[in-house]
Amino acid sequence: MKNPLHINDEHLKELENEAIFVMREVAAQFENKALLFSGGKDSIVLVHLARKAFWPAKIPFTLLHIDTGHNFGETLIFRDDLAKEFGCNLIVAKVQDSIDKGRVIEEQGINASRNKAQSVTLLDAIEEFKLDVAIGGGRRDEEKARAKERFFSHRNEFGQWDPKNQRPELWNIFNGRKHMGEHFRVFPISNWTELDVWQYILNENIKLPGLYYTHRRKIFSRNGTYLAWAPFMQLKPGEEVFETDVRCRTIGDITCTGVTLSKADNLEDIIAEIAATRVTERGGRYDDKRSEAAMEDRKKEGYF
Amino acid sequence: MDHIVQSGKRLGREELDLSLLTDGLRAEREQGITIDVAYRYFATPARKFIIADTPGHIQYTRNMVTGASTADLAVILIDARKGVLEQTIRHSYIASLLDIRHIIFCINKMDMTNWSQEGFDKIVSELGKLVSKLGIPDARYIPISAKYGDNVVDNSVNMPWYSGKTFLRLIETIEIEKNKDPENNRFPVQTIIRPHTNEFHDYRGYAGRVAGGVFKPGEEVVVLPSMRKSKIKSIDMFGKTLSESISGDSVAISLEDQIDISRGDMLVAPDDLPVISQDINLMVCWFNEQPLRNGGKYLVRINSNEAGCIIKKVNYRLNINTLEKDTENISVQMNDIADITIKTSKPLFFDSYKKNNITGSMIFIDEGTNETVAAGMII
Repeated sequence: MKNPLHINDEHLKELENEAIFVMREVAAQFENKALLFSGGKDSIVLVHLARKAFWPAKIPFTLLHIDTGHNFGETLIFRDDLAKEFGCNLIVAKVQDSIDKGRVIEEQGINASRNKAQSVTLLDAIEEFKLDVAIGGGRRDEEKARAKERFFSHRNEFGQWDPKNQRPELWNIFNGRKHMGEHFRVFPISNWTELDVWQYILNENIKLPGLYYTHRRKIFSRNGTYLAWAPFMQLKPGEEVFETDVRCRTIGDITCTGVTLSKADNLEDIIAEIAATRVTERGGRYDDKRSEAAMEDRKKEGYF
Repeated sequence: MDHIVQSGKRLGREELDLSLLTDGLRAEREQGITIDVAYRYFATPARKFIIADTPGHIQYTRNMVTGASTADLAVILIDARKGVLEQTIRHSYIASLLDIRHIIFCINKMDMTNWSQEGFDKIVSELGKLVSKLGIPDARYIPISAKYGDNVVDNSVNMPWYSGKTFLRLIETIEIEKNKDPENNRFPVQTIIRPHTNEFHDYRGYAGRVAGGVFKPGEEVVVLPSMRKSKIKSIDMFGKTLSESISGDSVAISLEDQIDISRGDMLVAPDDLPVISQDINLMVCWFNEQPLRNGGKYLVRINSNEAGCIIKKVNYRLNINTLEKDTENISVQMNDIADITIKTSKPLFFDSYKKNNITGSMIFIDEGTNETVAAGMII
């Protein structure tokens, strides 16, 4: 059954056409091109779209993984297998290296996360590899600052985003012109919702890491969100680790990735679950809960 | 997929405050205005919708133009107590300028006018004149109360005299005029796919998105600007060979003959060429704080093609509150809409915007700052 919700999914074809168009514009307008690959479903969908856009040629983008060092082990295996299978060049830039070099100071305390530190590592990688464009899987439905993001998002020579001075973007004409040292972030799946991504994964039969399906995991509850437990995480008094059936809605840094109690072991069930929930997937992201403008602030600093 | 631009009168703060949903940036939350275009998403079992929420003030005309450029349908809110205002004219004009074929006029705050059918009818008759003046092909009118939900999702018990569809029912069912130009075959080439592998040693695919018409293998095409002819060998998508591709499809086309084709070129049907010229007359909306330099040079980008241009003449500036043409003061400032003539550094191939929104639209880029300074619709 390809359409468990019996919803009209004709729009997926339009979204795919649009994303492929954007990818091809990137290929044509830029020199050193990277695709930000986290091992999460959105970046896996990006790789799939890139394969479609350039078939029978290989993907003309380097895969760039900003590795916080706090990954789910399974993600890394999946990442390496995927790069090998599709013949992609893979660069891994480690947040630990940025910390060791003194480029960032690691956050301390209960809610410590390396999520913010990723921006420094990413900007360093962009400079080191002289990248003039990085494709990301950001979607406008994720968060309210993202709702104003352009497909072609200009970054100044400091890698910063200026939300009040964005280039107008009309029709499907994308202006990727830039000065030396500046770069662009490009978001081909801007117009997709979480449900679109899942529906597309189902329709296209795209392989995902097992973390997205139900599995036994040690978790604990913090402020109404279930977080996966890992040995380097600090617990607050009263927080208790227990094991149960969960799946991940997003796969990022373990310290801030919420998990959902679920027994869904196939895509149809996952889609039915998502359709029934009203919390956006970033609703489970602890890093966004810090303040009303947390995402906007991080994006200005260079976050994706 | 339906794309709605919501402009017009914002709902008052005392009512359901939609702006808190869409005003995503801190500056906007602090000032309580929508500066930019915010995109929001929702779906019903019938359709998926994208809302481009744009500010309604005249100093944000450029944002409205941006939001409208990708919209299939516009929703314009009108205060039942105030009727047709300058901004109603402005918003309707922008919708027609950007060739949005469907406009829903929501006559809001009907609760404040005693649910008066007479008042509603009067506004509708005024709007009817505006609609025919602007040549908007499909206009709809709904009396609503956003505050109490009348005719938004469910039919109003307060207005039994209205027998039309509710707002939600209408946007779920309205037939959107798609593929506005199914007649004229247009395929702008974005990039060339050359795998250089043993299996696909000689493969040369022209990657692009069909901008009009239907392309089929075996059919003859003319390549612009070289005017060389060839036949379509195959249309490919990820290992599948397609029997045809239609407007909107992202595909790769390969030809029977080895012809020199690069980004910016266009494949068209031999008996149906676009206009090929260096002299172009268009309506522009100016986006930049730096005013238009009459006689100045800019870059233009049309589809995947780029050329230099010089502004030859500003024919008039349009007062978009009154729709009067101003030929005296022709200094084009930010948010102005003007009729201009340009000359390009090489012949471009294009259609009028009304004929084909994709091959008839272009952006202007300042070569010094790289900023997009204007949007143009070819007349």
